Amino acid sequence: MSVAAIALLIVGLGLVAWLAARARAAAFAGPGRPRLHSLPGQHGWYVALWTVIPALLFLAGWNELSGNLIYAQVLASPEASSLPDFGMQRQAVLSEAYALASGQTQAAFNPQAHALVPVYARAIAFYNWIGLAVTVLVAFAAGGWAFTRISPQFRARTRVERVVMALLLLASLIAILTTLGIVASLLFESLRFFSMVSPIEFLFGLNWSPQMAIRADQAGSSGAFGAIPLFWGTIFIGAIIAMLVAIPLGLMSAIYLTQYSSARLRSWMKPLLEILAGVPTVVYGYFAALTVAPAVRDLGLTLGIPSSTESALAAGLVMGIMIIPFVSSMADDSLAAVPQAMRDGSLAMGATTSETIRKVLVPAALPGVVGGVLLAVSRAIGETMIVVMAAGLAANLTANPFGSVTTVTTQIVQLLTGDQEFDSPKTLAAFALGLVLFGVTLALNIIALRVVKKYREAYE
Amino acid sequence: MTEMTALSTDGRAATAPAAKMSARNVTVFYGDKKAVDDVSIDVGPEHVTAFIGPSGCGKSTFLRTLNRMNDTIPSARVEGRIELDGEDIYASSMDVVQLRARVGMVFQKPNPFPKSIYENVAYGPRIHGLASGTAELDHIVERSLRRAGLWDEVKDRLSESGTALSGGQQQRLCIARAIAVDPEVILMDEPASALDPIATAKIEELIHELRGNYAIVIVTHNMQQAARVSQRTAFFHLGVLVEYGETTEIFTNPRETRTKDYITGRYG
Repeated sequence: MSVAAIALLIVGLGLVAWLAARARAAAFAGPGRPRLHSLPGQHGWYVALWTVIPALLFLAGWNELSGNLIYAQVLASPEASSLPDFGMQRQAVLSEAYALASGQTQAAFNPQAHALVPVYARAIAFYNWIGLAVTVLVAFAAGGWAFTRISPQFRARTRVERVVMALLLLASLIAILTTLGIVASLLFESLRFFSMVSPIEFLFGLNWSPQMAIRADQAGSSGAFGAIPLFWGTIFIGAIIAMLVAIPLGLMSAIYLTQYSSARLRSWMKPLLEILAGVPTVVYGYFAALTVAPAVRDLGLTLGIPSSTESALAAGLVMGIMIIPFVSSMADDSLAAVPQAMRDGSLAMGATTSETIRKVLVPAALPGVVGGVLLAVSRAIGETMIVVMAAGLAANLTANPFGSVTTVTTQIVQLLTGDQEFDSPKTLAAFALGLVLFGVTLALNIIALRVVKKYREAYE
Repeated sequence: MTEMTALSTDGRAATAPAAKMSARNVTVFYGDKKAVDDVSIDVGPEHVTAFIGPSGCGKSTFLRTLNRMNDTIPSARVEGRIELDGEDIYASSMDVVQLRARVGMVFQKPNPFPKSIYENVAYGPRIHGLASGTAELDHIVERSLRRAGLWDEVKDRLSESGTALSGGQQQRLCIARAIAVDPEVILMDEPASALDPIATAKIEELIHELRGNYAIVIVTHNMQQAARVSQRTAFFHLGVLVEYGETTEIFTNPRETRTKDYITGRYG
């Protein structure tokens, strides 16, 4: 009986326990009897949870443990004495035998494996039966114990509430633990990278050329891992060009929507603007590479500036468009949070609407706007698809917006696409870049949230 | 006091000679709801007019029509005629920006801008171009703060934020801000209702001092305050101007029973 089938059986038992417990609790109720503390259904849940959860926990633990027990029993059998002594061969035979016994394969490469199949099959069957029996036993014991506790005074409702809380806590912990796991994996791979390349060279080097000769006789560069050109490209596109587009447009659209437009216009313009945030970035990528980039190159050539098809400007412009909704919705919120009294105060002084906006509302909303911009920057520098499609791969250190630059995210994609060897600094460099990117975006987010929070407090 | 005697010769006439602002048959709607119904009143020139009445009687709404602050509420609609020095303020030729520079306003809750004390007062003169240089602007700021009775308390910390002051100081800052543009009329919408008694007393004292230079219209639901600071009082009820006359008369010998009932605390 497979683990999944056992689990299903336990859930079935849980259903039975629920029905039984509910019926028993309902039997307590009636005219002239003391009122139940909890509803019959809550008693049902209490008993059902006791039936299912300990049994499933045991099953999960047993599943881990039984592998080793099976292995030990097979090795202890007389058939195993003929196994080769050498570790690798021995393992190969054993895993083949296991695969045959559990029905994953039909034939084995190694004839010795066939001899071990019955031994394996016996061991698997034996421990599976133990697992099934104990699991069912646990379900009955725990469920039965819970069942005996049913009484009119028993607070099943409160107990179930605690389980619900634990479940919710578990759900939130999973997200947090995953983040920690990601950080840990980035950190360990980065440490391996930094054992090969010095952090000083990585963080301050001006030359990025991660290709390395794989064989000694191969022609190729020896690899240079100065990431400054990548950092510059990222900042140039994400924090400079994109923000030059997104900040004025986002802010002005927020001002128009909060201060000038009629309620009706706002009710359909705002959602339309927010659709921009929902466009898949790969679609922006097409737009940048196929529509904007050629136009930008032609413009550059017309102006007599050295231009390439994949330019920082094209990627930055489109990224700026993508970021507009972030900036505008944060600015919108902050402007709306400025008390009406400020606006009235200024208007009553004889200021026009635009004077009021420029001199009172925007300065008052500035911390919120800055917070929004920082969040937008962190989003922009982590953005991948647009720059992969439109920004280019050459790690140039140039301030010419018509030239090609590359970004951290583009290089990570480059380094990790295709066949990898995880002992080469070329591959590991991706993790170091990822770590830097993660650190920077995390810092930006924290700063942004603090700025916004501080600002909120000012008006409460 | 001479002014008061001069006025009392008018008896209970609803108009004073050479009114600064006069309203004729003013009706204000919020959407379909009538908030102010057919009000005709003259205020000014150089004394304090108090609008009293229970909450929701339309006194604040009417006050806001006097410098067209109701324009900022999309559903508000004003009918009738309001004149400032004989000029229709709702005429298309009237520049609302100019109007509000001439008819200033102080709100119920102190609303200093989140700027320095100096910048708060300099705000109006700057946007209206009243000062030609820093020295002149400094002078205007000092004069306004002095008139508002705040100068001695803030002269050493003009660069601190206006929002860091106490509530009463903030309200006097707002008054200084309003008089910095040298208005002719100052509208005050319950200016002391958010303040403690000591700060309230200071505001009332200030109103006394300002009354020689500006026509002041104050909305209040504190009848003692109206009696203390005003020369003329208008009693509003349910959007209608019930009675308007000299403050002493209104409080000692009201003509209308509704006024009497309100003043003696029977409702409101």
